Amino acid sequence: MVEDVAETARTTSIALDAVDWPGHLAGQHVDVRLTAEDGYQAQRSYSIASAPEDEHLVITVQRLDDGEVSPYLTETLVPGDELELRGPIGGYFVWREALGGPLLLVAGGAGVVPLRAILRHHRAVASEIPVRLLYSARTGADLIYRAELDGHDTIITLTDEQPPEWDGRTGRIDSAFLAETAWPAAERPLVYICGPTGFVEAIADALVTLGHDPSRIRTERFGPT
Amino acid sequence: MPPISRGFQGRRSDSAEAVRVPPGQYVTRDFPVLSAGPTPHQPIESWSFEIRGEVDEPRSWTWEQFTALPSEGIKVDIHCVTKWSKLDTSWAGVSLDTLLDTVDTSAEYVLAFCDGGYTTNLPLDDVCDGKAWIVYEYEDEPLDPEHGGPARLFVPHLYFWKSAKWVRGIELRQDDQPGFWEGYGYHNYGDPWKEQRYAGD
Repeated sequence: MVEDVAETARTTSIALDAVDWPGHLAGQHVDVRLTAEDGYQAQRSYSIASAPEDEHLVITVQRLDDGEVSPYLTETLVPGDELELRGPIGGYFVWREALGGPLLLVAGGAGVVPLRAILRHHRAVASEIPVRLLYSARTGADLIYRAELDGHDTIITLTDEQPPEWDGRTGRIDSAFLAETAWPAAERPLVYICGPTGFVEAIADALVTLGHDPSRIRTERFGPT
Repeated sequence: MPPISRGFQGRRSDSAEAVRVPPGQYVTRDFPVLSAGPTPHQPIESWSFEIRGEVDEPRSWTWEQFTALPSEGIKVDIHCVTKWSKLDTSWAGVSLDTLLDTVDTSAEYVLAFCDGGYTTNLPLDDVCDGKAWIVYEYEDEPLDPEHGGPARLFVPHLYFWKSAKWVRGIELRQDDQPGFWEGYGYHNYGDPWKEQRYAGD
């Protein structure tokens, strides 16, 4: 581990100098395995937060109070420690420029992690494919990557509580929100949705109802599982 | 020997549970949902289950015919490749033996196909002799669409991506054609006790 950055009170980005890393596609994940002194092991999958072009491999970990691996990664691990990795894993929830667009990314909470990797990749290759990220979080304090997700390609909504100076959107991403902000179905956007199950189900159903082709919608669940 | 994770204690499950949990898995009480795309909403009136491919004659059942077939209750542990295992889950549905008894085949492989375009492949032997079902009830309730309803393939001795949601039939084949995840780097067979997660395991 090279560096850790607290993104919010519950999430930490961990930058890794991954030895012999074969490279990855934006949207893939990595398995992390921990080994105790007596040989006991625990492993979990984490979405990769960095673009393939970034210097370090970054995972962003949400600490679960009753978790086994996330408290270790966010609280015990320090720069210089070693982590056992396996990956990259997953070949479907990925975007590269050849897949085209327009690209619609819809994130709920910590589900923004793999979509941030896709957005960073899109920027790193200076893609001219239209891209838009819709990002729903509970409060301003829950926003991850706030500084870099401030561009014209990102629409943030805060569902539960907004800071006093908030001039952005509020409320959940629903059908009306999507009708207004998503690329129209007629443009056949390629859609990536990541978030908790209820969020993913609701957004995917709403998009299909708005006429989007289900085969153009890719989903991934991100949650305490 | 893998590197020791400095300061890692871990949370061991009790030993009665531990022997039931394959390597690299942890027990969850939730029932996580994982799928590659939107949940299909297939009207039950136009639902059918088909056996096709390398058979003397294709077979097809409507929902009414299918649910009139003898059903079995199954209580078993399930294991997802994303590392969670869930113990003592109960299901009800039709044994693949009941369905396959209606056809003659020389096939050695099965490719299950589903609403939404998902597929998964298995050796025919792995869906015979009481090892696989088409289930339509979970915990005495109709199977929720998120979890694969109205009906999903259920092959609990393999990682759970083999238990294809929204299944609409099986194609019997001479050759082994990789399914959806098998084509994206996941293991072709997927035995959780051998930890066959990814190609090459």
